[in-house]
Amino acid sequence: MATIVETPPVSPAAAEPKGGLWAWVTSVDHKKIGIMYGIAAIVFFVIGGIEALFIRLQLAVPDGTLVSEDAFNQLFTMHGTTMVFLFVMPIAAAFGNYFVPIMIGARDVAFPRLNALSFWLFISGGVFISSSFFLGGLPDGAWVGYSPLSAQPEVIRMDFWVLGLAILGVASLLGAVNFITTIFTMRAPGMTLFRMPVFAWMQLVVAFLLAFSLPLVTVGLFQVLFDRNFGTLFYDAASGGDPILWQHLFWLFGHPEVYILILPAMGIVSEVLPTFSRKPLFGYQFVVFAGAAIGFLGFGVWAHHMFTAGLGPVAETAFGLMTMTIAVPTGIKIFNWVGTMWGGNISFPTPMLFAIGFVAMFTIGGLSGVTHSIVPADTQQHDSYYVVAHFHYVLFGGAVFGIFSGVYYWFGKVFGRQLNERIGKLHFWLMLIGFNLTFAPMHILGLNGMPRRIATYGDGLGWNYWNFVATVGSFVIALSILVFLINAIRSYRKGEPAGADPWDGRTLEWTTSSPPANYNFAEVPIVEAVDDFWYKKYGEDEDHMPVRLDTNPLDPSALDDDGEFHVHLPSPSYFPILLALGIVTVAYGFLWIPVGFAVMALGLGIMLWAIFGWALEDIDHPMGGDDGQGGGHGDDDDPGSEVSEQVPAGIGAGSGGGE
Amino acid sequence: MKAGLTSKLRRRRPVLAGLALLVLVLSACSEDLPQNSLAPASERAQNIQDLFVLTMIIATVVFVLVQGAIIYTAIKFRRKKGEEDRPVKQIHGNTKLEIAWTIAPALILAGLAVPTVQTIFENAEKPANALEITVTGHQWWWEYEYTDLGIVTANEMHIPVGQDVFLTLQADDTDVIHSFWVPRLSGKRDVVPGHINTLTISADETGLFLGQCAEFCGLSHANMRLRVQAHEPADFDAWAAGQLAAANIPAEGDSQAAEGWELFISKGCSACHTVNGTEAVGGGINPGPDLTHFAQRDTFAGALFDRTEENLRSWLANPSEMKAMEPDLNRGMPNLGLSDEEITALVAFIQGLS
Repeated sequence: MATIVETPPVSPAAAEPKGGLWAWVTSVDHKKIGIMYGIAAIVFFVIGGIEALFIRLQLAVPDGTLVSEDAFNQLFTMHGTTMVFLFVMPIAAAFGNYFVPIMIGARDVAFPRLNALSFWLFISGGVFISSSFFLGGLPDGAWVGYSPLSAQPEVIRMDFWVLGLAILGVASLLGAVNFITTIFTMRAPGMTLFRMPVFAWMQLVVAFLLAFSLPLVTVGLFQVLFDRNFGTLFYDAASGGDPILWQHLFWLFGHPEVYILILPAMGIVSEVLPTFSRKPLFGYQFVVFAGAAIGFLGFGVWAHHMFTAGLGPVAETAFGLMTMTIAVPTGIKIFNWVGTMWGGNISFPTPMLFAIGFVAMFTIGGLSGVTHSIVPADTQQHDSYYVVAHFHYVLFGGAVFGIFSGVYYWFGKVFGRQLNERIGKLHFWLMLIGFNLTFAPMHILGLNGMPRRIATYGDGLGWNYWNFVATVGSFVIALSILVFLINAIRSYRKGEPAGADPWDGRTLEWTTSSPPANYNFAEVPIVEAVDDFWYKKYGEDEDHMPVRLDTNPLDPSALDDDGEFHVHLPSPSYFPILLALGIVTVAYGFLWIPVGFAVMALGLGIMLWAIFGWALEDIDHPMGGDDGQGGGHGDDDDPGSEVSEQVPAGIGAGSGGGE
Repeated sequence: MKAGLTSKLRRRRPVLAGLALLVLVLSACSEDLPQNSLAPASERAQNIQDLFVLTMIIATVVFVLVQGAIIYTAIKFRRKKGEEDRPVKQIHGNTKLEIAWTIAPALILAGLAVPTVQTIFENAEKPANALEITVTGHQWWWEYEYTDLGIVTANEMHIPVGQDVFLTLQADDTDVIHSFWVPRLSGKRDVVPGHINTLTISADETGLFLGQCAEFCGLSHANMRLRVQAHEPADFDAWAAGQLAAANIPAEGDSQAAEGWELFISKGCSACHTVNGTEAVGGGINPGPDLTHFAQRDTFAGALFDRTEENLRSWLANPSEMKAMEPDLNRGMPNLGLSDEEITALVAFIQGLS
């Protein structure tokens, strides 16, 4: 552990009083919101994982009878929906929320209350969809909800799905607007876009992908909702509607969505690999451009999910060729990551193990993706377990491994104590082995003719052995997650203090205390290079060898004990959670029209109260109080625009601001 | 000497284990199990296989190179004890390398694109002199109409070897999307309400080829199976003739089968199930399979159960208990509340529909 400078163990300046539940519920601080996103996402990860275990238990043997067909269809629908919308996207939001502002030298995001709204809408949407379990059954139309099946209106399960996704979509869309604005307008002086960390770049690309793709699926969702409830005929073949329309609208979102899922993890890995190789990311500009290219091209390939739908050979050719092209920027990134490690001085703490695991496992998933682009071959692979193998390699071996790399990398920064290394390594190896044991055989199962989304399968088809192996593997994964949770809880309480810069890092988050002060930086950094922190620690001689400088470039808040810094921060507010509550109330009311009209009216009333309260909220006396909870005088001015924040006494009544 | 050999083998243990695993996997891969896409039994499936193998060879090479590079790099440049702070050259990139590893994959993909596009268009061609069958996907069974021969049957398709079979795929407007997939004979093609899709299959050898619905279609998606039986042309003609024969309706009398036929009408089976040339016209809002030559089939209920007396009895006693269905929503067979004696008679009747 190459700690360069002395820092106090867990910075007292940063260890402000938590303020109880109310402080969290009304918080607009990007760091608190990030932590809440992270914890909620992990909870949903466990739920989605349990759903997967039931699936694997049912499929461990042929003609399984553990769960009924009906239950199975709900299980796999919710496994996919939970993992995509309630785990991977929110945990990317967790990391993005916490670290993008700090990485760009800002004190918060551009729209803090909107940020809180995004989080509470995520919680509302997740609880809403999950509550269907008690209210007639979980959605059972697969995570892609193809019409006409999804439009069959006899039970309200798919209404839960449609409305829930609509709510989650709003959350993500608001987040996208927030992040685009933040990144474009709030970077610290000297931080040009091409001096931003790759993680911040990837979040920017993701924000654009969300902004352009969500409206499309929202149109589709409303069409399904109206077909189900108001007698419209968008997907009704008898009246000239077209079920294929749903597929186009869904996949126009759905394909960019998979890049939304992977790019943040690619960003994390692009931070971790250089740190533990002790040299810069190889080909920074190419990695950034490749990420943007993947995002852009991702809008041109959606119908590769529809190669068996009857598009015709011309369309199939066009989308097949477009899909092949995406392999090129993806390859560029993989080669640059290997190039980052090449010639380095590589250490292998847990974040690095997960990052290398990402590169290796994602390569496999990427290669099976290329085989999908071979259209005639895809007519065998599509809707089989081969596809299930492919996307679990890119989403689990890729996104999840990248996410855990980030967790182990940044846990100490967020909570002040590092995750335990030995338990971390156990987690990694168990997860790597379990993951491969579960999903590698699925390539074979798919090629051996096993379709996906089947509640059971016949004996004598040659599928028994590998299904059993996959089930065993899934329990090894479960064990590895248990190990992780134990690690997280133990380390939160008594892990080794992290200090500001435990990894000898390269980017700005390592200049702050661990955890950072409310205000992130006592002095807004002035940025002079990409990996600016590294270059303030190390110069470079003519041979491009680093030379340790006689500097201590940590932010003053990481060095100072007594929190003398007074900075304006955005005030807490309860209007975001109130608005989210209003929206989800309207959604519940909708499900039981006409009785539900009263509930919808109530929800609308809450929404109006929240919106007006929000708009008219006195920024100096938030939430109507004189001294607002937490005492801070909030100020939503661009916090990053002033250079020196040694604010003289007398401006803030409390120290440190908002919470 | 012995010690040296043992330790050599021990060091090679991971490699030997890997080889053993590879052999196991490869042998499982190409076994001609009845639903195995890696055991193609038709020209089109073989074309797909050839393309896939070519792609896999390239992918394997790339896999070995990339994983090799990762492992090699991680080992060669690992931090050694006492070297925690050893500085390394801060290389930022190499433009020549970037260009090289952009162009090379692009060229490889372009190479793969050519046979890919060729095969797309080849497989899309409507064949001359094909046997034409209209396939209708229902929740949760398959209907086949041999358009030129005038045969209607369900779930079990019979085709002659060596002849292209041109499938027209459709679903009722009120149904959902399905997908017709017989892996050994062809890739799959979706069955979409409001659309007509087509697919050409064929068989190079006689035998039984299994398939099932491959697009999630609701409750019993897993139970919507199908079979394709490929015959020598003469045997196929014999089968077709048998299908066109008149239905074997029992003469009026006291036989169980005769009683079964009366029940077939009075209990309402005839409202959904067709028996050619009789008053059982079938169809309606919730059509069931054509039963004219039911007893020639090996399976029933979407090719899910063997056509044994025991299975038929259980089915008639409580269909939803055997196969998850939603008859109240016009998907699948309702429970007719039959007594044991009625079931005996009906089974005798339908087992006689050869």
